This record gives sequence, C-alpha cells and structure tokens, in this order.
Amino acid sequence: MPGKLKVKIVAGRHLPVMDRASDLTDAFVEVKFGNTTFKTDVFPKSLNPQWNSEWFKFEVDDEDLQDEPLQVTVLDHDTYSANDAIGKVYIDIDPLLCSEAASVISGWFPIYDTIHGIRGEINVLVKVELFNDLNRFRQSSCGVKFFCTTSIPRCYRAAMVHGFVEELVVNEDPEYQWIDRIRSPRASNEARQRLISLMSGELQRKIGLKVLEMGGNAVVGYLQCFDLEGESGLVVRAIGTACTLDKLSSGSAPNTNTHIALPTTSSSPPPFSPSKPCSRQSSSSDTDLSLTPKTGKNTWPHPPLPFSSLPSPSPHCGEFPFFTLTSFPPGFLLHVGGVVSARSVKLLDRIHNPALGNTRSYKLLDWNSVTADEPETRDAWWEEIRQEIKSHAKALGCHGVVGYSESTSICEEVCILSASGTAAILNPRWCVLFARFEEPSPPSCGFCHIPYDELNMPFPAQLTYCYHCRRQKVPDVLFTTINLPQEAAVTGKGCLIQARLCRLKKKAQGEVNATAISNLLPFMEYELHTQLMNKLKLRSMNALFGLHIQISVGENMLLGLASATGVYLTALPAPGGIQIAGKTPGDLSNEHHILTIQKRINDTIAKNKELYQINPPELTEEVVGSPIPEPRQRSRLFRSHSESSDELSELDLSHGKKDAFVLEIDDTDAVEDIHSLLTDAPTPTGFYSCNTEIMPGIYSWTSGVQMFTSVRVFRLSNANLTNQGLNKIFTDLCENLGCVLKDFYFKLRSMIPCCLCQLNFAVAVPEEELIQVAVTAVAMTFDKDQAQEKPADNETEEQLQFPMELCADASSANTQPSSKISGTASVDYGSFADRCSTWLELLRLKAHTIRRGSVKTSRRTQSLGRSRSLRSNRSFRGSPVTVVKMTPLSFLPGTRIIKYLGIINMFFIRETTSLREEGGVSGFLHTFIAEVFAMVRAHVAALGGNAVVSYSMKECMLMENPNKNQAQCLINVSGDAVICVRETDQEPNPSMANIGQTCASGTDGAT
Amino acid sequence: MAVELDVFVGNTTIMDEEVYQLWLDGYTVNDAVKVRMEGGVMEECEASADVLLSDTMDQYRTFQMCERLLHSPSKLANQLLFQIPPNRQAMLIERYYAFDDAFVREVLGKKLSKGTKKDLDDIGAKTGVTLKSCRRQFDNFKRVFKVVEELKGPLVENIPPIMRLLLISGIMLPLFFFANHRFETGKRKLQYLTFQDFAFCAGQLISNWTVGAVDNMVEDMDVDLDKEFLQELKELKVLITDKDLLDQHKSLVCTALRGKTKAFNEMEANFKNLSRGLVNIAAKLTNTKDVRDFFIDLVEKFIEPCRSDRWTAADMRLYLTHYNNSAHILDTFKHQAVWDRYMVVIKSCIFKMYHD
Repeated sequence: MPGKLKVKIVAGRHLPVMDRASDLTDAFVEVKFGNTTFKTDVFPKSLNPQWNSEWFKFEVDDEDLQDEPLQVTVLDHDTYSANDAIGKVYIDIDPLLCSEAASVISGWFPIYDTIHGIRGEINVLVKVELFNDLNRFRQSSCGVKFFCTTSIPRCYRAAMVHGFVEELVVNEDPEYQWIDRIRSPRASNEARQRLISLMSGELQRKIGLKVLEMGGNAVVGYLQCFDLEGESGLVVRAIGTACTLDKLSSGSAPNTNTHIALPTTSSSPPPFSPSKPCSRQSSSSDTDLSLTPKTGKNTWPHPPLPFSSLPSPSPHCGEFPFFTLTSFPPGFLLHVGGVVSARSVKLLDRIHNPALGNTRSYKLLDWNSVTADEPETRDAWWEEIRQEIKSHAKALGCHGVVGYSESTSICEEVCILSASGTAAILNPRWCVLFARFEEPSPPSCGFCHIPYDELNMPFPAQLTYCYHCRRQKVPDVLFTTINLPQEAAVTGKGCLIQARLCRLKKKAQGEVNATAISNLLPFMEYELHTQLMNKLKLRSMNALFGLHIQISVGENMLLGLASATGVYLTALPAPGGIQIAGKTPGDLSNEHHILTIQKRINDTIAKNKELYQINPPELTEEVVGSPIPEPRQRSRLFRSHSESSDELSELDLSHGKKDAFVLEIDDTDAVEDIHSLLTDAPTPTGFYSCNTEIMPGIYSWTSGVQMFTSVRVFRLSNANLTNQGLNKIFTDLCENLGCVLKDFYFKLRSMIPCCLCQLNFAVAVPEEELIQVAVTAVAMTFDKDQAQEKPADNETEEQLQFPMELCADASSANTQPSSKISGTASVDYGSFADRCSTWLELLRLKAHTIRRGSVKTSRRTQSLGRSRSLRSNRSFRGSPVTVVKMTPLSFLPGTRIIKYLGIINMFFIRETTSLREEGGVSGFLHTFIAEVFAMVRAHVAALGGNAVVSYSMKECMLMENPNKNQAQCLINVSGDAVICVRETDQEPNPSMANIGQTCASGTDGAT
Repeated sequence: MAVELDVFVGNTTIMDEEVYQLWLDGYTVNDAVKVRMEGGVMEECEASADVLLSDTMDQYRTFQMCERLLHSPSKLANQLLFQIPPNRQAMLIERYYAFDDAFVREVLGKKLSKGTKKDLDDIGAKTGVTLKSCRRQFDNFKRVFKVVEELKGPLVENIPPIMRLLLISGIMLPLFFFANHRFETGKRKLQYLTFQDFAFCAGQLISNWTVGAVDNMVEDMDVDLDKEFLQELKELKVLITDKDLLDQHKSLVCTALRGKTKAFNEMEANFKNLSRGLVNIAAKLTNTKDVRDFFIDLVEKFIEPCRSDRWTAADMRLYLTHYNNSAHILDTFKHQAVWDRYMVVIKSCIFKMYHD
C-alpha cells in the first residue's frame, strides 16, 4: 500500500444554471480514483458553492497512482429524477509522484463537459503521501522524470544519455464497442477520455520501468502519440531518450542560451544517479507488460528476475542507438551524416487480432483483456522500421540517429508508418553505447564534416574541404532533422522552406489500396526533395535543419508537406544558381520565355541574398585546392518504404546523372513547378519564420511571446477530380498554405519585428474532398538593432517587462520584495515551493494594495492578513488568475526555468449536436481550442507553474456533419509545466506570478 | 477551393481595438472588412482582402464568445477561458459600456420597459446608430440599472468597482440620475438640447442639490435630492409675494445693468415675469412631478422669453449674475444660503441650455 492520495474540494464558481425554475444549482461533487468514490454534501441553491469538504483519502498502489487519473465530477442534485452531470475534471497526479516536481496541486480547474464545453470552475486541492517502497518486484516507476523537451532540460545536467526507450499499448476503442450504440455520446466520449488517460499513464509507467532498468532517472524528448485505428483499436505509443540527469544548483544555472554545463568527467564511468533507489529488476518482455487486467495488479503474473548489475546497456539501447533529442550540449555531435527516413504501408486488418472474430458480436467480450497479442503486431511493425533506419544510418557511416521521430497517417484500414531522423556520430563521453573511440572536443564546424568514407560514399556527393577549418571534407548540402547546433557558424539569417505536394490516387480497398499508396510514395518523396532543393538554392542557402516530411493519406489522394529551416552554413560551400533550359532550343519565342524566367530566378536569388543577409566572404577556390566542378545535386535523404508484404525497395534520389541545377522546361508540369517555385508568398518586412527552435542568425530575443494554434479546412471544389484538375488543386493548395502564413503575419503585426518559431504544420485529409491544416507556432519579438551580430555573452538587453503587457499594474511591485530572499545558491527544492508561495503571497498583497489605491475601494476589500496561508488565499473566489505562458520552444526568452513541475499530457473530446447555434464549425473549433488552452493553463497554474514549454498539439481530429448539425473533435496536447523567472532576477518574479488581479471584494457584477 | 473552416487562437487572446469598435458599432463582418480596407491597414501590412476577412471573422467570434463575460465585468477578471491582459480587460469593458450621445439623448428619461425596446428601431433610424449597437447600449443600461436598483444604501459606494468607474468617469451617472427622477427630456421644446447639455446639468444638480453635496464627500454621494433643501426652497417665494422686496430687487438689478447691454429695456420690462418664473420653479420642487418638469419649466419660463427678446448669451450671463447678487443686498431677505445653493445650479444650467 505504498501511497495515500488526499483530495479536498474547496469551492466552485460560475456554475451553470441547472434549475430553470430558481435560476440556481444544487451542486455536489463526486471524487473518484480507481474504484473508490467519495461525495461532498449538496450545496443548495448557489452558482458559487463553497463545499469546503473534508480530506478524501484514497489508499492505493503506486502503480495505480501512475496509471489512473483523479476524476472529479460536478453534479446537480435532483430529488425526483437522476442527478444531472455538470461536468468533469481529470487531474493527472503524476507530477506529485516525483519528489523534485510539484508538491501539491491546488487551484481552479475548468469544469469540462464533452457536450457543453467549460461550465464553471472548481477549486480542488490534491496531495500525495508516498511511502518508501522497498519492494524490488514493484511494477511502478515513480520518480522517473518525463520531459517533452527535446534537449537537456535547462536546470539539469546530463550525466549520461542511455538511449532509446519505446513502448506501446493497445486497446479497443470504446467508440467502436457494441455498447456505443445504446449509450449517450457523452458517456462514450467520457469512456474514451478516461481510457486514453489510463493508457497514457500505463505507458508512462512502463517506459519509466525501462528507464530504471537502463539505470537512468529521466526521459527526455518524450513523444507520445495516439493511433485511432477505428475498428481495429486504439494504439498509444511513445518514444523517448533515457538519461541520467543531475540537478544543477540554482546558483550555477546556465542561462538560456547554454543547454547544460559540460560534464566534468569524461573517461571514467559516468556517475550513476544515486538520487533514486532504482529498482534493480529487469522488465518483463513487451508482451508481458501489455495490458494486464487492473484487478490482477497485486498478483505478479510474471515475477521478474532480480537483476544485480549496475548500468549495463540493455538490449533495447544497443539495438537502436536513437535519440529523440533535437538540441545537444556542445560537443555532443561529432559528425552529421544526413536525414534517414523509412516508411511503411500497412493494412490494419483484424487478421492481426485472432482473438477477435470477424463479427461484431465477439466484441461483447471483455475488451480490456482480449487484445493482449496486438502490441506484438504493432511492435513488430515499428521494429522493422527502426531496423531500416538503423541500416540507413550505417550506410552513412554513422552509429547513431538523432532528432528521431515516428508518426502515422491512417485512412480507413490503411496506415502509413513513418520514421525519420538524422544519422550522426556522437561523442562517446555521454553514451555507454559508443565507447569505441575518443576524440578531443571537435571544432565548431565538426558536425558538418562527413562521417562516411570518402572513397566509398553511400551516394554520389560533391565534397569540398571545409570552408572553416580547411582540414576535413564537407558535403555541399546538408539536410538534418535537428535544431541548428549552437556552435555552428551561419551566415545571414535562416528562413522557413516548404515543399508541398498533392497526388491523386484511385479509390481502392485493402491490399490494392496499400500497393497503390506504396507505389506513389517514392515519387512523392522524390518530388518533395526536388522542391526543397530548388527552394534552398533559390534562397542561396546550403543546409536544412528541422526537416519534417509529412505524408498524409486520404481516400483519393496523398498529401505531402515538407518543412524545414534553411540556413547558410559558413562551413559549407556556396550554392550555385539555378539554370533554366528549354527542350527545343530552336524555338525563338520559347527561348525568350526561358530567358524571362531565368531572369526572374536570378533576381529572386539576388533579392533573397539581400533579404537573408547572406554575404559569405568571397573565397577563391584555389585556396581550397580542390576546384568545385559543376555542382551536382544529391540526396542526403535516405529513404525506402515497404508495404505489408515486406517488399523493400530502395530509391536513389540523386537524380541519376542529370544535372540538378538545370531545370528543364519541357512540359506544362515543369512550368507549373517553376511557377510555384517563384510564387512563394514573400514575407513582409520585419517578419521571419522558421520551424526550428530559434531562428538562425537572430540572437537578441526580447520577451514578447505569443503562442497560437490555427486550423484551416479547405474543400476541394472539383467534384470529380481528374488529372487535369490536379494541377489546379495543387497550385491552389500551395497558395492557400502560403496564405496561412500571410494571415499570421497580419494578425501578429503589432509584434514586429518578430519571428515565428517552431512552426509546426500538420496536414490531414479527413474526408474525401477536405484538406485540414493545423499550425502551432510561437511568435517571438527580437531586438532589430542587435539582430546582426551574435552577442559575445548571452546577456541580452532586458528592457521588456516580462509577461508582455500583462503586468501593467503589478510591475511596480517587483522591486521591493526582491531583497527578501537572496543567496539562493543553495536552495533546496523541497522547501522552495514554500518559499515561493510566501513570496507569491507577498506579491498578491502588494498588488491588492496597489489596486485598492487606484480605485479607492475602501470598505470591502479582502483583508489579506499576512498570516493567511497561500492555500486558503487561493481558494477565494476573487483570487487572481495566474498568467501562464505557453511556447512550443524549450525556453522562454528572457527567462530562466528554475523548476520543472511535470509533464502535461491531455486528451479532450468535444462534441456538439447544435453546430449552427455554436457558430458553425469555425465557432465550434475556436471555442474548443480556447477551452483546451484554458485547461492546460489551469493545470499548470494548479501545479504552481507559470509557463508551459515544449508545448505541442499532437492531434487535432475534426469530424463534421453539417447536415445533421453535428461535429466532433479530438485534441491531444502535451508540454512541460515549469516555473520560470526573469533572467535578470534571482528570485521568482512578481509580475509574472499574479497578474490579472482585480479587487477581491466579492462583487459578482451585474449577474 | 473553398475555405470550410478557419480559426486562429492565441494563448494571449488577440484583440484589435479597431475591430472591437466596429463590432460594438454593429457592423456586419463584410461591412467591417470594407471599413478596414478603407482605413489602409492592408497597404500597411501587405495583406489581401481574404486575410482581412479571415482576421475579422476570428475577432468577431472572439468578441461574441467574450460578450457573455462582459455582461458581468467582474467575471471577466477571474474567468479562465481567455487570457487577456488587465489593461485590455479594462479597455474591453470601458468600450462595451460606452454610449453614443445620440442614443442616450433618445433614451434619456424614458422608462425602462419593453415598450422602449420596441422603439429601438425608431431610435436607430433617428440617430443613425445600428440596431445591434442600440440593443447593446439599451441592455447595458438596463443591466447596470438593475444592479443599482437591487443595492441598498448609498449608490456609488455599493455598486461593483467596475460599474463605479463607469459611473464616475462616464455618462452612467447622469443617465441614472435622469432615470431615477424621470426628468422629462423628450418634449419637442427640449429637442434642441444635446445629451452633453443634460449631462452637465445633471452633474450640477448632483453636486449641489443632493444629500451628499452638503458633506462635500463624493464617496458617499447619493443621487436623491436633498429633501430638506427642497422644503426650504419654498421660503424663496417671499421674493415674489412681497411686493416691496420684488420692486427693490428689480431696481437693484436695473441699476446694475443700465447701460451695459442693448437688451436693457426688455430686461426691465420682463423682470417681474422672469423672477416669478424662477422662484416658482424653486417653490414647486417638493413635488416629484414638478421635479420631472424641471427642465421644461426652465425652458418655458425663462429661456424662451429671453430668446424671443433676442438676448445674447452674454446678456443672459450678465442678467443672472446681477439677479443672483442683488438678492444679497436685500436686507429683509433672510434666506441667503438657500438662495445661493439654488441659484448656482440654475445659473449654470441656464448658461448651458441657452444656445444662441
């Protein structure tokens, strides 16, 4: 019985009217964890009930603590009929299980209903008492820290990077169960939300076990995804990088631009984290770990063997030297080979699931236990792909793959599995895996140097001596999926480069369909690659970072979207221009046409050079000693695909012997290509965009931050799509995608000069003629004057008040109290939360005084005595709303992260049967996204945090049926909850802690 | 290729003040786009009409979602759905509860009932304010009024802080004052007066004739007129009932005015009539019905006769100043304090209401 969960329901506010007669509500709350339920008293006739309940105590296994969410349901008491549900709050208590994360969850949570959205708020207090568990056979992995951040978290130091961890769990989707035919949509949605929450918890626990087994104490770059496979089930899978992290004392915390301090030890065996008593046990095999029935938790069906050795590399780790990280400590990457990717088309067939028959009725069986052998199938699929990636990396002479990610695209029964990463040679200091060779810290250009053998190149490539050190060979173009290494020297600024593609395919079923898709894939990749290459040349750049290629499958089309950030790496040779050639040289008018196009291209290149400030120092090639011959295009992109039949095909993307820089105009297609090349919407002045963390070439970030999500759905007008219509659709789509960016520029014009960072595009084909584009990004302001040169030290001018204009009236309060706590070098984080709270308290007081002064309220202001504890203070109805910043990046400019509070991983479903009344699909989705943001913010605030970093929207699946006035949407978001302070401050900053306060006096306005 | 859906949601809610105003003014999305295009925002940012349309739609949706919160301003501060900086919140509320002078002028003094709501169409047609905007303003008025009505004790102190700000700074206070006393403002003879005129007069009445005015404490101010004072006003009747006093007053005023104005003859001829008019207004104010007619009486009994005699504004000023001051020299007239408290309001109201 290793844990006690304590929950207190404090109060509610802004509840909806449930009783039309009295315009009031008789609310009570049910608190459920596992199979135990507690209830509060009914608080009659109030929209702002004050339950102030006793502490509800749950005594549970730590395994359950990891898997289960706390479920808080608010209901309206009804004497004569069934009680009406108002809404629910799911609280993930995982952050409380780690001693270094949050200690208490306390705050206002939006009460969420899958049909009505947010309906009021509830104040909940949650605590966990963990008993020391000495059971070495335990199945839980409490204490392993999870981070979505794909770099070493800011206040930690990586003692060791162990390697790749992966896991998946499978279940049947409640939406496709027989019972779904008779239950209400609400019940069905809630069952689904709960199941996914449960599966995520379980997945995290299992990954945690693997990490402990490997000897690590944390997972960095944790990426969890759902595959909604429909009838064949629901897969939740996750990958990550196991690490041993050491906490840095706050005094020596690096500032934002350095990722971690360099480890001091190099050759001696890296310290094994002593902070957690790691359970020395092996994990059972994958199959063993798959869904065990909840009731069987206490009996161990597969007693694991005691395992006594210290960090011995586990087979997983050795098998796949993959890293989900995209940013690395300086010196971590020795050489980078190029992008490796693999795709595979699979049929989601119930054949893989022999336990289930073909008829629906078999599903009446307990769906919780029947799918036991499914994970094996899925595991095998991924295993296959990973093997492929590994062999590609080998071919590039690399041992590891960094910036690794996996994704799927599902349409009906066809599923495309994709994996991609960047082949690289890593510094063995960090990894047990590569203990073979030792090298002094490489020069800043080191990662550009080719890792493969010059005489035995995996593909035709043009090598020159490095333009920086002149000692080693570099390729002329470099494609990667990682962020630009910090030490890399770039010329000018970078920019977002996108290749877009749309291919029709015949509607088909089963095997035929899968074959058709796998036949199309190589052509799509080829074309995307060509587009990227051309656009890169057009911008006069020579490297791509953060390359992300997404191929989405629809019923009658395939959609390809490749995004990357182009830069000019100083170490690489300058790219050549683009030459246009006609097929029929005799034709005069044609020749004239070609000349015009050539001129336009040359002009564009010149313009781009100026725009991105690319003026590389002119180097005579004689110095290098190896004249650059006619440049040739080649591919860094290694890919292959296989279909379900395991047939493997390799494609050489190097354009054979053809000269890549010469674009031939021989048919209308080529004209279209060139046209689209030139019509990329230009960015307005003052705007930059990239899909990497930060824009290469901009160093002086100021603190203006605006994270946003935008979703668009285009309907293709042509009812019967023909190949003639294809070109039209293609251009339309590209223009529209370009338009999305234009829209952002317009909306964010007040932030100029600014840069859109970590632009993440997700395309999908939800229905036959619909294309959905979902974008999440952050706009960050920077100082234009300093943008040119890289500052010597990382201290940027900090002239903006931190939370944008949010702190209008609290900012004046931030001077005095900062002297209160100084000398933080030895702050232990256990007591930190307490300090923090007294601090916040102080500020709140101050803010109140200020506010009181300004509006002359004299009588009814809350008397916030100094003695009042933060907890009770928080529960006040009028307590201020904490400002929570969100960003997809791993940091907030101008701030320092002082504490990671835990992972945020939330899944919501929203459904409506009154679509028109809610303002159509746009109104529906707009509300839903705003609600999701609100719930994320509320959870972060309740953990005591003030920001979410590495935020991402993994899934946004919208289904609509306007004729029936219905729509349903699923959203999955994740990120890391953190406390951050202004970089200039030593202590938590007041202005960001509580903003938005108003008079606490109990005024409820004109209700 | 048609755009089926298009949303943009920021973590900090993005709101454009210009679009907000257009929304408040009741423009449709398309009209708002037109206005914005004419405003030149497109050239400024190299945007196209599509971009503008999409942006306007987004913002309109946001405002519509916000509207529910704006109905009870204190909710806006502690709701969780939108992350809006405090200064923005203040702007939203301030603008939402702003009134068009033309609209308020029409509603002024009307009884707040459903009947009036039906008349919103007429008001809209008359003032050029869109129906949507009329409805918002009217509903706001009712909403605030309801809150105030349900409160006990001094008005200004008990209303929610945000409403209070509206009251003190804006036009809510005069509006209340007029609604509270149901002053007649709709008569044809009063049509020439603007809302600003009335707002000024209301301010004068509130700061001089209400209970709070005596203590000189703005915080405790109440909008009810000081009953005692109104009772005392009856004593002023002596100025017209006592024949000697009336004659004495007239001669004092005439001596002071002689040679100073072209309208002297008319002033001398009309003195008794005008004086009777003003003093009678004072004497009748104990009746609530006569309080309602305060402005119409001022116009009928004083402003109109003067205007027909072609007094200039300067003449009016001169006359009223001497008329007020001379009363102090009358040795048998004992009610100097009441007289001054009365006349200070009358003077400033008439100055404001007398348009050349």
